[in-house]
Amino acid sequence: MKTDIILAGVGGQGILSIAATIGMGALANNLHLKQAEVHGMSQRGGAVQSHFRLSSDPIASDLIPRGGCDIVLSVEPMESLRYIDFLKKDGWIITNSTPFVNIPNYPDVDEVIAKIKERKNVIILDADKIAKEIGSPRSSNIVALGAATPFIDIPFESFEEAIKLIFKKKGEKIINANIEALRAGRAVADAR
Amino acid sequence: MQKLLLLGAEAIAQGAIDGGMSGVYAYPGTPSTEITEYVQQYDLAKERNIHSQWSANEKTAMESGLGMSYAGKRAMVCMKHVGLNVAADAFINSAITGSNGGLLVTVADDPSMHSSQNEQDSRYYGKFAQIPILEPASQQEAYDMAYFGFQLSEKFNIPVMIRFTTRLAHSRAGVERKPLLDQNELVLPSNPTQFVLLPAIARKQYKGLLNSFAGFIEDSEESTFNHYYEGTDKKLGIIACGLAYNYLMENYTETELAHPVLKIGQYPMPRSKVEKLMEECDEVLILEDGYPIIEELLKGYLAKEKVHGRLDGSLPRDGELDPNLIAKALKLASEDEVTEIPQDVKDIIANRPPAMCVGCGHIDAYNALNEALSDYGLGRVFSDIGCYTLGALPPYNAINSCVDMGASITMAKGAADAGLVPAVSVIGDSTFTHSGMTGLIDAVNESSPITVMISDNFTTGMTGGQDSAALGKIEDICKGIGVDPEHIIVFTPLKKNHDQMVEIMKKELAYDGVSVIIPRRQCIQTTKNVALNERIRELNLR
Repeated sequence: MKTDIILAGVGGQGILSIAATIGMGALANNLHLKQAEVHGMSQRGGAVQSHFRLSSDPIASDLIPRGGCDIVLSVEPMESLRYIDFLKKDGWIITNSTPFVNIPNYPDVDEVIAKIKERKNVIILDADKIAKEIGSPRSSNIVALGAATPFIDIPFESFEEAIKLIFKKKGEKIINANIEALRAGRAVADAR
Repeated sequence: MQKLLLLGAEAIAQGAIDGGMSGVYAYPGTPSTEITEYVQQYDLAKERNIHSQWSANEKTAMESGLGMSYAGKRAMVCMKHVGLNVAADAFINSAITGSNGGLLVTVADDPSMHSSQNEQDSRYYGKFAQIPILEPASQQEAYDMAYFGFQLSEKFNIPVMIRFTTRLAHSRAGVERKPLLDQNELVLPSNPTQFVLLPAIARKQYKGLLNSFAGFIEDSEESTFNHYYEGTDKKLGIIACGLAYNYLMENYTETELAHPVLKIGQYPMPRSKVEKLMEECDEVLILEDGYPIIEELLKGYLAKEKVHGRLDGSLPRDGELDPNLIAKALKLASEDEVTEIPQDVKDIIANRPPAMCVGCGHIDAYNALNEALSDYGLGRVFSDIGCYTLGALPPYNAINSCVDMGASITMAKGAADAGLVPAVSVIGDSTFTHSGMTGLIDAVNESSPITVMISDNFTTGMTGGQDSAALGKIEDICKGIGVDPEHIIVFTPLKKNHDQMVEIMKKELAYDGVSVIIPRRQCIQTTKNVALNERIRELNLR
C-alpha cells in the first residue's frame, strides 16, 4: 500500500495540523512515512505545500515525483491547481471552495472551480461554511481532511485518536470540535 | 525502541544530545533554526544542562563552540549556509587549531533558494578547511552522523562538518535512537599551545592537518556512510551524494537498478571506491544536491573523463534535485502521466508570494519613509536581511538593496561617500546586533550623512520569533558607538502616528551626520510569547 498526498494552502491556514494528524494516524498503524514541509519566508502568507508520503514499505524520496501523487488535499481552491502536475491522471483533488484572498489579482473563483471540475476525480466542499455550522470556524482544515479520509489507507478511528493526541494540550472542547469537524468532512465524501 | 517522528534538523539535535553534546551555539537561519530550537525545548537537554541560548551571530557561535571544545566538551555549532560566510574566519582557523572535545559544525544549505539570497554549497568550505564532511541522505543518517560525528572529531582532533539541505531539514520521518552517552569531563588540551596560532605554531599545526588527511580518506573508505552497490550494467556507474541517493532510488521502487552505485555520505571521497567505479564503468553520472563539486573533481579540467551531471546539461546547472530530474538524466521519464500544468490552468493561477503580516509595524514605518523620501527621489534605501526585506515588493517598493547581514548601514555609508545624500539604511533589531553595529562605528567616525532606521520588533521575526540579542539595548549601543543622543529617536509605527513619523524622518534626513531612528513595536507573531512579554514589561519597552 502506498498513498502520496500533497497538502496545499496558504501560510497560516493549518496544513501542518493536517499533516500532524495523518502522521499520528500512520504511526499508530505502523506505516512508513515521509513528510516534507515548507518553513521560513513562505510561511508569511505565501503559497505553501507539504509532500506527505505513506507506505507499507520503506520510502526513498522525501519529494513526491511529478505525475505520481494520489491526492491533492487543499484548504483553498486556487492552491489545489498549483500542484496538479504532481497528480496522477486518476488522482483525487479534494479542496475547500472558500478562497483565501490576500493578493490583489486573485482569479475569478467560479473559473477556478470550473477548472478543478475538469479533473476526473474531485470533491469540492465549503469547509469554512461547514466548520461555522458546527460551531467551530477554526477547524475548516480538519473538515477538509475529513473529506479525504476515505482515500487514505488508515482506519477512520485512527484519525480520531490522532486528533485526541494532537489537541490534547488544548482541552476536551477543542478535541471534540475537531472530531466533529473530521466527521462532517467525512460525511460530505460519503454522501457523494 | 519506539521511533521518533523528527524533522531532519531535529534528528541532528537528538543525535547530538544522545551523542554526549554539552552545548549548541547558533544564530537562527532557515533551514537550520529548528536544530537549536529542539534543544531549547527538550526536557532532557535542560536536565543535562546543555547550553542552547542563541548567539549574536554565527561567528560568535563558532568561537564559543570552539571554546567549549578547547575545554574538552562536545559542542555543535549550527547555521545556514550564508551564516558560514560570517563564521568563516573562525571556521577555517579551527581546522588549524584542531579540536579537543568533539566539535561539529552543522550547516544547512538551501539549493533553489527557498529562503536565501544564494545557494552556495558548504562542501566547498569543508574542502577549503580540509576537514571531514558528513552528508546525510535520510533523517536516520542525520541522527547517526551527529551521534558518531563527535567520535570522528575526537578520533582526529578535528572539527567535522555536517552538511545537509532544506529538503531534509524540513522533512519528517521515523528515527531510531541510540543509547544516551555521557558528556565529557572538563579536560584541557594535552598540548598547551594547540590553540595559539602564532605563525611558528600555526605552521606546525598546519603540517599536522595536512598529515591527517590520509587518515580522513582511510576513515571514509571504511565508513558505513559510504557504500558501493555492485551492478551488472557497467555502461553507466552512478555516484549519488547525500539526499540525491533517495531521489535516485525513488526511480527504482518497482524495477531493479542494474548500474553500480557509489553512495557518498562522508568526505573526503573514498578513493579506492571511486577508482573502482571509474575503472569498471564506461561512463559515470554524478548526482549532487548542490554545486557540481565532485563532478568537477572527477571530470578534470580538460574534461577527459566521461563524467555526466550538472556541467554537461544531464542535470540542470542550478537548483535542487528531485526524482523527476534524475529520471530524465537516466532517460527513464515516461510520457504516460501528466507532468505539466495545462496552459489554460497556468493562466488562472496567480502567484502568491510571502508578504508582511497585516498589522506589522514594518508596514507603517515604510509608508512613512516613502513619503518622507518623496522630495529626494528614488534609489537611496539600503536594506538588510529580515521580514522588512519584503518591503522590496509592491505596493511598497521601498528598498533598493538586500545583500548580507549588516550591509544596509555600510552600503548606505559608501553611497553617501559617493555623494548620494541622504542615504538611508533599514535594518532590524536582531540584524543590527548580528552585524550592523561595526558598520555604524565606521559611519560615526566619519560623520557620514546617513539615516539608519532600526526597525525594532523585539525579535528575530523572519525565522519564527527567536530571541533578539538587541532587546532593550539599542539606544545604549548607539550612544556608546558615538551617535549624538539628539539624533537617536524612538517612535511607535502605527497608522495614527503617520504624520508624526514623516516629520521626524524628514528632519533626520536633512541632518548632515549620522542619525538613528527607531520605529518600535512588538512583532504581532510574538504577542502570545509569555517570556518575551515579561521581558518587555521588565525593560519598560512599551
